[in-house]
Amino acid sequence: MALRALLGLHLHHLLLRRNPKFHKFPNLFNPKSLIPRSRTLISRFSSTVCSGKNLILTKDERAGTSGTVEGSGTIAAIVTSLGGGPAAVGIVRLSGPMAVDVASRVFRPAKRNGEVPWRPRSHFVEYGLALDLEGNVIDEVLAVPMLAPRSYTREDVVELQCHGSDVCLRRVLRACLEAGARLAEPGEFTLRAFLNGRLDLSQAENIGRLISAKSVAAADSALAGMQGGFSALVKGLRKQCIELLAEIEARLDFEDELPALDSSILIDKINLMWYDVQQALDTANYDKLLQSGLQIAIVGRPNVGKSSLLNAWSKSDRAIVTEIAGTTRDVVEAHVTVQGIPVTLLDTAGIRETDDLVEKIGVQRSEAAAMGADVIIMTISASDGWTEDDKKLMEHLQMNQMSTSFATPIILVINKIDCAPSITEELFEVDTGIFKKHVCTCAVTGQGIVELEKAILERQCEQLLRTREALSRLKSSICEELPSDFWTIDLREAVLALGEISGVDISEEVLSSIFSKFCIGK
Amino acid sequence: MRLRLRPMAAAAAAAAVASPIIPSFLHPSRRFCLRLSLSMPRSTQRCFSSRSCVPCRRLTTVAASAKGDIEGVEERFDVIVVGGGHAGCEAALASARLGARTLLLTLNIDRIAWQPCNPAVGGPAKSQLVHEVDALGGEIGKIADRCYLQKRVLNLSKGPAVRALRAQTDKREYAMEMKKVVESTPNLFVREAMVTEILVGNNDKVEGVHSFFGVDFYAPSVVLTTGTFMSGKIWVGRASMAAGRAGESASQGLTENLQYLGFETDRLKTGTPARVDRRTVDFSGLEPQHGDEQVSWFSFDPDFHIEREQMCCYLTRTTKDTHKLIKDNLHETPTYGGWVEAKGPRYCPSIEDKIVRFQDKESHQIFLEPEGRNVPELYVQGFSTGLPERLQLALLRTLPGLENCLMLRPAYAVEYDYLPAHQCSRSLMTKKIEGLFFSGQINGTTGYEEAAAQGLVAGVNAARHSCGSPLIVLERESSYIGTLIDDLVTKDLREPYRMLTSRSEHRLLLRSDNADSRLTPLGREVGLIDDRRWDLYQSKQAHILEEKQRLKSVRVSGGDLAAEVTLLSGQPVKDSVSLESILKKPHVQYNVLDKHGYGNNLLTRMEKECVEIDIKYEGFILRQQSQLQQIVNQQHRPLPDDLDYYSMTTLSLEAREKLSKVRPQTIGQASRVGGVSPADITALLICLETNRRKASERKRLKSQRSFITDVNDLNSSPVLTSHAVNSN
Repeated sequence: MALRALLGLHLHHLLLRRNPKFHKFPNLFNPKSLIPRSRTLISRFSSTVCSGKNLILTKDERAGTSGTVEGSGTIAAIVTSLGGGPAAVGIVRLSGPMAVDVASRVFRPAKRNGEVPWRPRSHFVEYGLALDLEGNVIDEVLAVPMLAPRSYTREDVVELQCHGSDVCLRRVLRACLEAGARLAEPGEFTLRAFLNGRLDLSQAENIGRLISAKSVAAADSALAGMQGGFSALVKGLRKQCIELLAEIEARLDFEDELPALDSSILIDKINLMWYDVQQALDTANYDKLLQSGLQIAIVGRPNVGKSSLLNAWSKSDRAIVTEIAGTTRDVVEAHVTVQGIPVTLLDTAGIRETDDLVEKIGVQRSEAAAMGADVIIMTISASDGWTEDDKKLMEHLQMNQMSTSFATPIILVINKIDCAPSITEELFEVDTGIFKKHVCTCAVTGQGIVELEKAILERQCEQLLRTREALSRLKSSICEELPSDFWTIDLREAVLALGEISGVDISEEVLSSIFSKFCIGK
Repeated sequence: MRLRLRPMAAAAAAAAVASPIIPSFLHPSRRFCLRLSLSMPRSTQRCFSSRSCVPCRRLTTVAASAKGDIEGVEERFDVIVVGGGHAGCEAALASARLGARTLLLTLNIDRIAWQPCNPAVGGPAKSQLVHEVDALGGEIGKIADRCYLQKRVLNLSKGPAVRALRAQTDKREYAMEMKKVVESTPNLFVREAMVTEILVGNNDKVEGVHSFFGVDFYAPSVVLTTGTFMSGKIWVGRASMAAGRAGESASQGLTENLQYLGFETDRLKTGTPARVDRRTVDFSGLEPQHGDEQVSWFSFDPDFHIEREQMCCYLTRTTKDTHKLIKDNLHETPTYGGWVEAKGPRYCPSIEDKIVRFQDKESHQIFLEPEGRNVPELYVQGFSTGLPERLQLALLRTLPGLENCLMLRPAYAVEYDYLPAHQCSRSLMTKKIEGLFFSGQINGTTGYEEAAAQGLVAGVNAARHSCGSPLIVLERESSYIGTLIDDLVTKDLREPYRMLTSRSEHRLLLRSDNADSRLTPLGREVGLIDDRRWDLYQSKQAHILEEKQRLKSVRVSGGDLAAEVTLLSGQPVKDSVSLESILKKPHVQYNVLDKHGYGNNLLTRMEKECVEIDIKYEGFILRQQSQLQQIVNQQHRPLPDDLDYYSMTTLSLEAREKLSKVRPQTIGQASRVGGVSPADITALLICLETNRRKASERKRLKSQRSFITDVNDLNSSPVLTSHAVNSN
């Protein structure tokens, strides 16, 4: 609407210039015209500004015309289901004004080699290769362009049909993200379709529910204080960016009052941040995980609900669950997919001193499973709290780890949280240092499973990718010796990339930082 | 049948009125209205043309009241501006220049456009405001250009978007020059009066103002620019008195009237440092701060580019003695003595605040700034204090160079009433009372430039409102003016608002060099840019465009230029390279081209600067533009005025409350309201789309139903139909 108003205004400008009459309105500055000449007021106000289009975004007449881009960013996601066993075909969907642009950076048509830019014909399938940004071939794909408005979202949509393996899909998606797309929020394609006038009303409610659920989940995980790993890194990076912004902007607004910027310190900090991001991305090493998958061993005392947890997680009755302690005698396997990564869950026998021969073998096997796993989930029961046995078991695990000098990350799961919802406080007395994180779950209701998945694989990869891009641009701005104001542009972008969910006012944050740090003012 | 016909006939009639594209000023109904209004008693005068909501204005306004009326002359205007400060002057001038008969009411005609604090205009972010006001045909830039004592460009090497011009001004000359302009502008009338009441008519529309001495002034638009005067109170140490500025009486009664009308008021505090006698200061040991050799200008109008002799500022510093004196007497200051709770603005701390909060700093910079060519006063920048007067001279004398100084005016603090600006929409018209506008410190800002920017917008809109034209809103992304107003009406502000560079997200696009190409076409369209200015503007743009094309096409190989460019940029220069690519290299400025004979002598310095910026930063500017374009579509989606946020249960409770209070006009504005999360915005979008669908569904059903009734009517009442046919 506003854009239309804008265009209207421009049209009017064109008219203005073509019609010389408009230039000759009565000269108001004529000193003789002391008589009120209100008539001219009305006559001049009859131009287009006055016909109800009153929100004005003026255009810089001097600036070159950049093609008008509509919509709010281009999103990408894998739209076929993941982890349900290898399917023949999987689809990565791009939607938004830059969809073709992004696709052309990832997709190389087999026929017209090297033609840039890729000009797809709507609703015609093309065969070609998907490449990453370095130009390595990721997969053979079919590209299906569906240009606006003839698409699901009524925006430009490009679907890349890849081989069905999760590895391929993940890599193609990542290439799209690196090429400038943003990872779609849950339900965002549908949301766009709805907002652009498609789908019927009843579906709006579902989208609404999805979004509120999302924000509740975000709030919950924040409340649970899940830190460590990426999120601590992300928070730290964001804080550093804000501080750097404050350093630079304080000197833009209060030049007289502050010593000049020491840019070498600043550059060092920026390089360090870039390095941190790069390293985090390397460690995350999704590609490796995608190929090998993850083994997760669930360990704990007997009867803390390990088997129930496995069943709830894999949505199956894989393990036998009874009230009797020591029901599980052997290692039980179940397969789930966490964020596209195949995960093998190993339910183990409750580890305890026992005289039962069968159970004893089970316990040994449990320990072996724990030793070989990529992640250990140490399960305790909320109703019992942190018991002496738990402590012993933990010590035992640590001993084993020390002997192999390889520290497997251990996540503490406080199960049966429904039995004692307020137990967490007390549990903090546990030396939480040995655990990477802790999550409260209830195997009966499935509560906490999502958080558990998150704890296993924090997925801030995309944030980090965007941060790295911004920092890389920043580094090149510095290299090209652009003035310091230009540095703020990419720093701001990095802050945005790092703090999307919170939606806070960056300007105010920077100002607070400036005023708390520097002595400024007349 | 007839019942159904009637509205249709009315609609047809309305369509007939609306459809021909007759310019509204030629429309006969208007003249008719005019005559009508003159012969009618005042109470019923407000008449409307049949279709549109254009109130017919009483254009020939000095009209005497009806015969036999012994009350005397009725004072009737199109726009009344209350207050003659920097907001009031811009508002009154803009309004009068648009042809509206405008009355400027001020407490003291001799204090028009006074600079009660820092005698300076511009600086980072503020200079952008001045350039923008000038680009829209405002006055502040021209007066500052005419009355400067010293000019400097700040942030010269930090990028084109933050380059900022600051002028020290002669405060007496400034006030005098502005007064001259105000007094010589047609349609603008000045009068001394203290306004105590806003006259409000039916339907919550403003009708005028009532003065302390009992006179009513009438107008359909009223702009309040009360500055620090509304229930103002000044403080020196523990002593206080009612005053708007030292020596000037406060305005009483208006606050209560506004509260009675349903406005929320609050109180802010600010202050000004002492003035010392220049003749008693020893400058010999002080570091002088000179103006730029090459003077820059606020105004885009070359007629105002007249160079004059510059004066010097001086730098001194606080000493151990200063710090000791303050620490020994902290209990004597309002904040630390505990008798004033209100904290001053963060960017304007008192010297005691600086010393307490930054203990480890041994010394603070203090600038001594002249207040005029024939004014003995020096402004002591960085030294505002709440200490009692008896300690102030001793404190001043701890500063090097001021050991024997005499004080002309003590430092004082002032507190005053303001109206949190969420009560205004972005046109600066209040949401409660139609035709009532606020601008300047009454909206919680500080600074002459911020005041002038709001004044211009309020003045234009007041004039437009008085003749029934739709109001103008400058979007946040269009200008610093837009950013300022958007912040004011959207965010929860707890201190006087000062424009700062870091408040503008899109500042690379909102530079001072392109303020004219961003805003002058709008100024022209609104009616504030005359033919001369418009011609100047157009020829400037043409020059810039031609030069950019020339630089693209002219190529050079080797030679002195290439050698110097290599030296400057540290980059090799290829053969047959365009001048454009040379200009893109780091540290290569247009004057390098000039030096080697590749420049264009016909261009002015400003034009060359524009060309250089456009070429040098093209990539960045394009990227920012396309980013802006991406958000504009969603951000500028308008929100209906009558949205019931409380009924949107998918919004968080806080969002529902805040949105109901602020009533944003666009999605973008809604997203900037504190406490509104991105999830809330998505939920809001869904609600809007759902509402739209439901409405169109209802419409469809309705038309279906009426079609069915039509058919039924035709079938069931043939008699009536035939009757209708017969009657035709």
